[in-house]
Amino acid sequence: MSTSNSPTEAKLSCRNLWKLYGPNAASHLSDESRLPQNGGNAAELAQSIRDQGGIVASADVNFDLMPGEIFVIMGLSGSGKSTVVRCLSRLVEPTCGEILLDGQDLLKASPKELIDFRRYKMGMVFQSFGLLPHLNVFENVAFPLKLQGMEPKERTKRAERVIDLVGLEGRESSYPSQLSGGQQQRVGIARSLAVEPEVWFLDEPFSALDPLIRRQMQDEFLRLQQELHKSIVFITHDFLESLRVADRMAIMKDGAVVQIGRPVDLILNPADDYVREFTNDVPWELILTAGDIASDNTPPAGIKEVPASTKVADLLPYLAEHDAGVAVRADDGSIFHMTGQHLIAALASGVTDAAA
Amino acid sequence: MPQLDSTDTLESDTKKDTIVWLCVVALTAICVVLGDSLGVLYKYPDSLVIPLTGPLNQAMSWFVEVFGWFFKAIGWLFDWPILFAKTILHAIPWFATLILATFVSYRAGGVSLALFCALSILYMVTFGFWPQSMNSFALVVISIPLAVIVGFALGTWGFLSARAYRVIMPTLDLMQTVPAFAYLIPILLLFGFGSTVGLVASVLFAFPPMVRNTIVGLRGVPGTVIDSGLMSGATPVQLFWNVRVPTARRQLLLGVNQATMASLSMVIIASIIGGTNDIGWEVLSTIRKALFGESILAGVVIALMAMILDRVTNGFAMRSTTIIDDEMKKSSRLAWIICGGVFLAAIAFAQLIPLLSVWPKAWVINPAPAMNATLEWVFLEFREGLEAIKQVAFFFVMLPIKLGLKQAVSPFTWGFSMTPMVTAIYAALVLIPAAFLAYKHRILQAIRLVLLGLVLYGGLTGTAWIALCAIIVVLGWQAGGRGLAIWIVAGLAFLLVTGIWNPSTISIYLCGVAVLLSFTVGSAVGVWASENDKVAAVVRPIIDTLQTMPLFVILIPFVMVFKIGEFTALLSICTFAIVPAIRYTQHGLRNLPQDVVEAASAIGCTRAQLLFQVKLPLAVPSIMLGLNQTIMFAISMLVITALVGTDDLGQQIYIGLGDGDFGVGMIAGVGMAIIAMIADRITQSISRKMQAKLGLRQEMLA
Repeated sequence: MSTSNSPTEAKLSCRNLWKLYGPNAASHLSDESRLPQNGGNAAELAQSIRDQGGIVASADVNFDLMPGEIFVIMGLSGSGKSTVVRCLSRLVEPTCGEILLDGQDLLKASPKELIDFRRYKMGMVFQSFGLLPHLNVFENVAFPLKLQGMEPKERTKRAERVIDLVGLEGRESSYPSQLSGGQQQRVGIARSLAVEPEVWFLDEPFSALDPLIRRQMQDEFLRLQQELHKSIVFITHDFLESLRVADRMAIMKDGAVVQIGRPVDLILNPADDYVREFTNDVPWELILTAGDIASDNTPPAGIKEVPASTKVADLLPYLAEHDAGVAVRADDGSIFHMTGQHLIAALASGVTDAAA
Repeated sequence: MPQLDSTDTLESDTKKDTIVWLCVVALTAICVVLGDSLGVLYKYPDSLVIPLTGPLNQAMSWFVEVFGWFFKAIGWLFDWPILFAKTILHAIPWFATLILATFVSYRAGGVSLALFCALSILYMVTFGFWPQSMNSFALVVISIPLAVIVGFALGTWGFLSARAYRVIMPTLDLMQTVPAFAYLIPILLLFGFGSTVGLVASVLFAFPPMVRNTIVGLRGVPGTVIDSGLMSGATPVQLFWNVRVPTARRQLLLGVNQATMASLSMVIIASIIGGTNDIGWEVLSTIRKALFGESILAGVVIALMAMILDRVTNGFAMRSTTIIDDEMKKSSRLAWIICGGVFLAAIAFAQLIPLLSVWPKAWVINPAPAMNATLEWVFLEFREGLEAIKQVAFFFVMLPIKLGLKQAVSPFTWGFSMTPMVTAIYAALVLIPAAFLAYKHRILQAIRLVLLGLVLYGGLTGTAWIALCAIIVVLGWQAGGRGLAIWIVAGLAFLLVTGIWNPSTISIYLCGVAVLLSFTVGSAVGVWASENDKVAAVVRPIIDTLQTMPLFVILIPFVMVFKIGEFTALLSICTFAIVPAIRYTQHGLRNLPQDVVEAASAIGCTRAQLLFQVKLPLAVPSIMLGLNQTIMFAISMLVITALVGTDDLGQQIYIGLGDGDFGVGMIAGVGMAIIAMIADRITQSISRKMQAKLGLRQEMLA
């Protein structure tokens, strides 16, 4: 469940995070011996709290956000993913746990320190944009800078730079109500970037947009990240979206993290049936590489050779015309045989067997 | 009791309800049959009345004696800004004011409003009402900022603190249901005669809507806007002033609009204490002298002032959400500067041409004598017709409800008297349809029909207090459960114990008849307007205007035609109370879930089927809210009609005001508020129940 990286390298670490609602929420966790870090079982504890009428929004969530990484938290509505990201920024006060930003515990920060964290280190994008209706695009983007008390000149320079970055130049004096959803979210993104944050929270940023616009925004988001290298926590309920953007991802259910890993790890080795449900709908050919499904056989001589990281989708046209298949060269230099037949078998029987 | 019939649909005819209502019918029947012989159960004994007025007056005079200096001092402080505003407003030539006001109107509502404003001011000037108008306006100008500041501060407090909210809301409820007249009495005693009374009353009357709008506005700021403000690193103070307040701006400005209207309305009402030489006094004194031409001309000024203030403040509120780009901002600044320049030029110009500064007396247009003569002629010509209308309404509708058929039917009016034979026929007329309903298993409806028959026979003032109380309490119990019933018992006990039961029943009767009439007519018009855009286009401006009209003004035409008396009161109340009945019915019918209407049309409903079987049932909660507002409007007008000679609670308040009798006026005022709150809670509970049943949510119209 936990990553192999040591916590000291992490930009942001979330440790044993619990958020409970309902009367006397905190008292449920007062018996420290039952907490997972002291040898208790998180699932059992959560269930016993629910049995007593408590509401468990997040139960013992742990993960590390590496510098420059896009970490996606995926889950259906009610799974607690929004609660987690709100706890990370302390918009929601966690019931217990630790949020370490550069090793410093956010939950111990004073109100004033918290404001400074938000002003200089964090940026957040909201599903419903959260733009201020009475300010125009420029003023919205410059709003956090204004709150910081930045000089108007510097403020203008910075705001204009991020407005250019998201491609809204020329719309500076428009008001939110005059913009399309996609444009409004660009404003939201620009505003969150204006303070040049180190960690960037995106809470279902594209869920309110039309599918075509969503796709386009995902591409632009990836382009921005290539330029900016922020450390990102990205919330979504869309599994395909998480596959597109994630370096690593966590799947949540009922407030708990079910599995953490690279997208392909999740697909190849789903931790349980819940995760498998999602992976079932995945267009395998986009995810799987030649290396994932090649046979153990040595290929016949004289056929085309491809690297193991080749997406199988790219091989489809070739395999359709060449019954002999391709030779797949693995990273360690060894070479295997793969034919259209292997591919069909992999797609037909589920990946687990094919990859074994 | 208009609610009776509509309640059926919402209650399943449970056994418990039936039994309780049967008991009520039995009690009422016994009371009607036995009449006076019931003694104390029929007429509440005077010996059980607690004489509260004396102690209240003593307490008040002690209070005035001890703290009077304090209020006198405040009054003295207030005198200065009033004097200042008056001096300024009188010193500025009307021509310059016209230019400024026209420009402001243009900014708020475009060319048409600017034109309307300019013509209105010309009317005030040429008809010779300028000085009085400015005297009234001076009070409004001073009271609005005070009311807005107080209201915003209290609203913010109520928003920030749940405890404050719990104290503020019921207090506002009480403040807004206690009739305006009743406010004046303690203020008059504390501050003494003078303009200050009008100012204080107007601030007290105008700040509650600002509080409500502030709370609603601040609460309505979307959570993500707050979150994004927090994530931008806002401190609590920045979050409030830079995020919450600007986002709630539109609601806040609507609050300013409502506060303005309330302030003007109270300034006009406050002129009843006299000696202010403002426009309200002008209307009142001419009405009293039966100079109807003059009072109409002055009443028009009030109406115009109300309309301009409403459209201007409303215009700014609405405009606050439209888009202004930087170009427009620049040009707007330029326009203001130009306007300022023209304004100064106009002042200078008026020094050269005195006509533009003070309109000469000799040039005042005064059609009042001619109007009076015409009116005189019309009355002479149509007297019989008008009298007949009044008589019919009075003897066949109002008296039976007030005194009951038992007393209202006499050979003199109906041509026969209530002989045992006639009574038997009446009983049959009630019992046969009731039996039919019972046969159809609509037992609850049958019971209510019998109850209605009994009350109509006994009359509202002629039915034993115990029966009437039982009916009201059971109604409340059914609508809102035990809590509401207990509340109502306490309220009714106040009316009984303080000895104002009789005027209260007259208030209930007048209000009840007016509500019945205006709700029936109003909802019919509302249905029509919802189905027909042309009708809606005609109806809308009329009800908008009626709603902005200070209550005073509505009285004038009816007093002219029908002289003083209950009938005039009734017509005035109906005219005002019809507004919400129309508005809510139309709103409810026009704002139904579109998919339901489409589905019904797709199934093949005819227009009539669509209306009666789909739209109306779905719109019932909204229509019920309309009934609620109709009652509230009726009650607020009812108090004003004391001026035309009713003998209800309103009259007691008026008398209290006239005699400076704090006890009498205050008890009557609180009594009126209790009646209003009981009616309000019952109808709201019914409406809420219906909404829950239909799974709808209905927002209150402003």
